Amino acid sequence: MSEVIKIRRGLDIKLKGRADKIFTKAPRSRTYAVKPVDFHALTPKIVAKPCEEVKAGSVIFYDKYRPEIKYTSPVSGIVKTIERGERRRIVSVVIEADGKDTAETFRKGDPAAMSREEVVENLLESGLWPVIMQRPYGVVAFPSDVPKAIFISGFDTAPLAPDYDFIMKDMEKEFQAGIDVLRSLTDGKVHLGLDARYPAAKAYTGAKNVERHYFSGPHPAGNVGIQIHKISPINKGEKVWTVKPQDVVTIGRLFMTGKYDPSMIVSLCGSEVKKPLYYKLIRGAEVSSITQDNIVTDNVRIISGNVLTGKTISEDGHIGFSDAQVTVIPEGDYYEMFGWILPGLKKFSVSRTFLSWLTPGKEYRLDTNLHGGERAFVMTGEYEKVLPMDIYPVALLKAIIVEDIDKMEQLGIYEVLEEDLALCEFVCTSKTPVQSILRGGLKMLRKELE
Amino acid sequence: MNALRRYIDKIKPNVEKGGKFHFLKSTFEGFETFLFVPNTVTTTGSHIRDAFDMKRAMIMVVIAMVPALLFGMWNTGYQHFLALGQEVGLWENFWFGFLRVLPIIVVSYVTGLGIEFVFAQIRGHEINEGFLVSGMLIPLVMPVDVPLWMVAVATAFAVIIGKEVFGGTGMNILNPALTARAFLFFAYPTKMSGDRIWIAGLDKGMETVDGYSGSTALAQAAQNNDVLVNGIGDPLTTWDKFMGMIPGSIGETSTLAILIGAFILILTGVGSWKIIVSVFAGGAVMGLIMNAFGGNALMEMPFWEHLILGGFAFGAVFMATDPVSGAQTEKGKWIYGFLIGVLAILIRVFNPGYPEGVMLAILLMNVFAPLIDHYIMEGNIRRRLKRAKVQA
Repeated sequence: MSEVIKIRRGLDIKLKGRADKIFTKAPRSRTYAVKPVDFHALTPKIVAKPCEEVKAGSVIFYDKYRPEIKYTSPVSGIVKTIERGERRRIVSVVIEADGKDTAETFRKGDPAAMSREEVVENLLESGLWPVIMQRPYGVVAFPSDVPKAIFISGFDTAPLAPDYDFIMKDMEKEFQAGIDVLRSLTDGKVHLGLDARYPAAKAYTGAKNVERHYFSGPHPAGNVGIQIHKISPINKGEKVWTVKPQDVVTIGRLFMTGKYDPSMIVSLCGSEVKKPLYYKLIRGAEVSSITQDNIVTDNVRIISGNVLTGKTISEDGHIGFSDAQVTVIPEGDYYEMFGWILPGLKKFSVSRTFLSWLTPGKEYRLDTNLHGGERAFVMTGEYEKVLPMDIYPVALLKAIIVEDIDKMEQLGIYEVLEEDLALCEFVCTSKTPVQSILRGGLKMLRKELE
Repeated sequence: MNALRRYIDKIKPNVEKGGKFHFLKSTFEGFETFLFVPNTVTTTGSHIRDAFDMKRAMIMVVIAMVPALLFGMWNTGYQHFLALGQEVGLWENFWFGFLRVLPIIVVSYVTGLGIEFVFAQIRGHEINEGFLVSGMLIPLVMPVDVPLWMVAVATAFAVIIGKEVFGGTGMNILNPALTARAFLFFAYPTKMSGDRIWIAGLDKGMETVDGYSGSTALAQAAQNNDVLVNGIGDPLTTWDKFMGMIPGSIGETSTLAILIGAFILILTGVGSWKIIVSVFAGGAVMGLIMNAFGGNALMEMPFWEHLILGGFAFGAVFMATDPVSGAQTEKGKWIYGFLIGVLAILIRVFNPGYPEGVMLAILLMNVFAPLIDHYIMEGNIRRRLKRAKVQA
């Protein structure tokens, strides 16, 4: 094993409801959705009209400003509805599955035998290109770019995160095929971050043409952003790409079979889930296919993703594009008398102002209460304790708030995305909306520079 | 509890927009959130949040000040009866001090919170909890005989000029409580220094035992007295100095009580241990340097005595650690604290007018804290530029 990179700063939030390591086949979902809102800076242009028949891999919409990037249907069926939100913005396109599983055919074969253009073409046509994220900005990669390197984090340390060593079992061939595809897209290396604390899955340890890096420490050690920062930080003008492990597998499958087969494994977890398990399902499935009759209480929040960065979805909503986790936690819309002075044995805090710090191993049932009101920045040193990067987060956020683009660049905005600063938001005494401020800054920067 | 909640919900519409008492919204919210942690849920970003909020942070600091406050009350009585030549019990001392100190606290809170409420209302903000701490700090750094109107004027000055003109809690450059203290010191010097102001009643021509002097230990040292004594001429033991049975501002005398507060601040993580430790380290280093030269009583005073006399410990634990006016980077905190310690002793020894330097040292470093942070962050920026290939 190569050198282990030790992450010291960070925080593991111990929540109740970790998924048991059992695979279950989820009942077939009735409908599936492709959601433009899962991607930043995407303006969709609809191709498939309602009631039109589609196959798995048929184009549903493309990006208005980058028409070569297409988004395709995960299943065969008919387009049922196009849901719109505020200002008629398209929120999701819902497809009713017909159960026939017909699929478009794409090119298959060894990526080494294809030119880079052909590989890119195949990914774009099949609708798999959007699994490739670009940093900085956290947007879908530009097909014309050649990235400095491609990074894959092979594990996840977020609260109740799925265990990728378990998910990636028996995925050796597909994973390797996916790696080979990615390999042909960059002149640099393909980096794979692994958890040093547990023996990694065979798909990881056996993979060729990747550079493995081992990390140990609390969350956010598993965030690809932290790993990039430790391996080779992003400088001004540089671009790197990131892909999630299950998406690597899907890419591999495309080149092995010539079909867009977005089946994936999603863990259902959280304190309000009766039986937290791992489910095999297809990307964009209805969340109710796994949560039906499986939730303890009524007043809950269903999150596609983890509790720090995920998106709230409704009971009849659909799981997000690349989310390998659905978390269900109680809503916190209650008043608490004198809550600011009570000893707080059931409350979780990084500060030791609640007696719960005396029971370090305890698992918590945390809810969505904000626990106070929003204030100006007062406390210092809080963010730094949970951000293992050579970055001054408060100074960066202040630069964003005053819209000082130069300062943002100087303070390292290119190196971070919302998920990396999510813990800062969690611990903030002033309840500062860190993630949305950062996204605002990234948007501003992109507008200014591109 | 439920009945109270129902009542609040019933009267709440009156302060909402369009309601009769909308101009009281911030005030109402201030009291409501004091009674109940609100039912707000997260809408963007992280779905769960740390249970720690500003109210709890500020209350923790107030709790940390309670030992110093209680001791200060007792000491007020003790010094008073010592001057009278009477010996009374623990509770009598405390009760006397309690009655003297309480009005100062009330005036400070009423003035400060009143102004805060008005500003919050004008800005349409929620009430900020910052003054909960300032409102307690101000009485603790006052001499006990300070006229109440002065407390009110100083508090108003500190809150308006020291804080609100900059944008309120979180935006201020100077520590508000020290601003109040400095304001009085420069505006009414005769009421804020000398030998007669530290003992309750002395300034008003109280009958004392023969040969009584109410001068502080530091004032005696500044007059080059080698042996520091208490009011009736008995030499002070190290224990007396450490415990705080000496004249001084209400909360500053007892190093022991202040250290208990420091323990609470550091344990809960609310106060920065780096600043506290580095202020003491800076003071000790400067004290040692002074010892090496010698020359007068203040310079020859053992370095550790500097740390337990006057306002040094109080300033280090409760004033320098103010996160808003202090350095905000972790490295900067070491430099900031160390320089406060150094400057405090330097001013103390060489300032001919007033034998205390902590207040001025902290205010001075408050002004320089952003500069320290700037240089620390420049280092970070330079590291980033160095590895970049494209030049900015």
